[in-house]
Amino acid sequence: MSTSIGLDSSETSATLRSDGRPVYDRGGTVCVIGAGASGLAAIKNLREHGFGVDCYERETSVGGAWNWRHDRSPVYASTHLISSKPSTEFPDFPMPDSWPDYPHHSQLLGYLERYAAHFDLLQYVWFGTEVIRVEPADGNRWDVTTRSTGGYGAERIQRYAAVVIANGHNWSPKIPAYEGLDEFRGQVMHASAYKDTTQLRGKRVLVIGAGNTGCDIAVEAAQQASKAWHSTRRGYWYVPKYVLGRPTDQVNAGLTRLPLGLRQWFAARTLRLTVGDLTRFGLPAPDHKIYETHPIANSQLVYYVGHGGISPVPDVARFRGNTVELTDGRTIDPELVVLATGYLPKFEFLDPSLLGGDPAGRPSLYLNAFPRRHPTLAVAGLLQADSGIFPLVHWQTVAIARRLRLQEAAPDRAAAFSARVDAGAGGRWSSAKVKESTRHWFEISHSDYLRELQTVLDDLETAK
Amino acid sequence: MSRTRIIRTRDWASPVPPVHREVRSATPETDEGKPPVLFVPGYGHGAWTFAEHWLEHSASRGFAAHAVSLRGHGGSGAAPKATLRAYVHDVVQVAASLPRQAVLVGHGAGALVVTHALARYPARAGVLVAPVLGGWGTLGGALRRNLAGTLPAVFGGRLRLNRRQLFSRELPVATAADYTARLGRATARAQWQLLAHRDPEPPVGNPPLLVLGSPDDRIVSASALTRAAARYAAAPLLFPGMGHDLMLDARWREPIDAILDWLDKDAPTP
Repeated sequence: MSTSIGLDSSETSATLRSDGRPVYDRGGTVCVIGAGASGLAAIKNLREHGFGVDCYERETSVGGAWNWRHDRSPVYASTHLISSKPSTEFPDFPMPDSWPDYPHHSQLLGYLERYAAHFDLLQYVWFGTEVIRVEPADGNRWDVTTRSTGGYGAERIQRYAAVVIANGHNWSPKIPAYEGLDEFRGQVMHASAYKDTTQLRGKRVLVIGAGNTGCDIAVEAAQQASKAWHSTRRGYWYVPKYVLGRPTDQVNAGLTRLPLGLRQWFAARTLRLTVGDLTRFGLPAPDHKIYETHPIANSQLVYYVGHGGISPVPDVARFRGNTVELTDGRTIDPELVVLATGYLPKFEFLDPSLLGGDPAGRPSLYLNAFPRRHPTLAVAGLLQADSGIFPLVHWQTVAIARRLRLQEAAPDRAAAFSARVDAGAGGRWSSAKVKESTRHWFEISHSDYLRELQTVLDDLETAK
Repeated sequence: MSRTRIIRTRDWASPVPPVHREVRSATPETDEGKPPVLFVPGYGHGAWTFAEHWLEHSASRGFAAHAVSLRGHGGSGAAPKATLRAYVHDVVQVAASLPRQAVLVGHGAGALVVTHALARYPARAGVLVAPVLGGWGTLGGALRRNLAGTLPAVFGGRLRLNRRQLFSRELPVATAADYTARLGRATARAQWQLLAHRDPEPPVGNPPLLVLGSPDDRIVSASALTRAAARYAAAPLLFPGMGHDLMLDARWREPIDAILDWLDKDAPTP
């Protein structure tokens, strides 16, 4: 069935659905869920392609994860970017030259606020409004049910030509199932609840998890806590933020055209020369090649291990009363345990089958954005990249906009793209053998991903 | 025009180094919601060339107006090795720093910088004034008209434009001589890139484009103007009897009024 996607229609005439509830038709308007970085890029690029947009944001301001006033923000006081400016900024809206290589999270929020103001996007955002249901309607259209955040007020159903989901995937904590965790008498918090160093001061702290957040909190614990343990399941590559006096990702960017094996050799060699042998510090040696897990950009972790501020320990075997037993048989007695164990994606407003999700909740998408069988549904920003995410999400939302335009302008070519989506959904956009874990569900290599996206953009190019 | 390349290895691996940038501005007394206009001077010219007349005039018509000096020009920081890429960076940085989506107006070789900047920044609109878009034809014309001033530039020296190339006879000689004396120079590298450079990628965001100039311009020939216009728009707006530096010439008001009229009428509102 073809879909008619026209320009913005502000007419909203209510009709009754089969369940007797009124639905307001928004014509060719596209619904964007979330006004974080991905949602804002989606609004801007859809507008540039001539679409009307209604964006629903549950908070009262933009910024999503990067707005630390938001209750779902994972940001803590000391959060800085881990990718440097050139590979982090939107490709058509550079960060100021006067900013440092790795800006602070408050600068990033300012950047997103300026992006929204510069492109006049706020007029399309309905703040304080939560999407509670997204259901398919006739003709590849979508019924979106919204209400005020917190459940106040009446529900309202509106029908859209397309839906772009940009609700973020770093807000629903993943809590591991450790034996005895419920009975543990010390304090346990997920990293999502960690905000600043006062929470660590003077305590015996165990940080679990070697993601970038876990490593950052371990470093802060080294400076603030009376004792800091850092528990990791395996050995990792700890990449300093600077090598050869330059941001590491800028040095790496010059090598992206080399074959993966050569890049892995070069990176391992550089780290051996700069960071050195990790086992000398009591850290486990990496059990995988670099780029096979999400890179950790942290110059300070190894430094504090070397100064005795952080005691590296293996995985937790079980919790017991006041103590924690480790897999090597040792027992430690932390007062505070910080679970820096990551997040799981959550689309509570959507039947998981629409994204081709498996029972574990992992969507099956082409380029992590396009589901099978639903040409007018897309997800923006569902990416764990070895670089900044904004350039990727920018081009992803351009591709989404072009695809929606093509639905109307050239149904044959749109059908050919759908065939490509069917064939490619669930693919991995990384030539490295990425570890199989929920942490790496959305792991991509930015260069592999962008190469595929370039082909898609060229194919989808159409006269606007 | 080539396609938009999304893998920008060079920009990521070797970003343009920062430098102090001179930006001169004039803002209207009341904000009427019109888009800001960013003027980009050509090689050798600084922001002052727009500060003479066009900035204030634009502000008086309700447009916040800004002019940037490309690095190594005017009051901006020195940049002896600057490239076309660095000049484009300067323009995009200033455009993105403005509170609202800007209109880019490039004059002379500044128009070439603008065509590249339009591929990096979704401007509200683009205006190319007496555009010097480069190529070997530009060199041939310049050598014919001013051999002594142009020849050194071929070997990396300074391009010396004379006042007869830049201004009409209506501009008082003393004023023309003063303006000419204030001209600086682009880097040797950037001058070479004027002749041989990669085609700009298509403008992002599909902005409307306007080309204007003078059939009596002694730097940009009428045919070059027509070619430039055909590339980006239907036909150029012509202002006979004016020199290359339309913003400084005696009848400076006519072209800027035409640009602002066009923006009032045709520039899309968000």
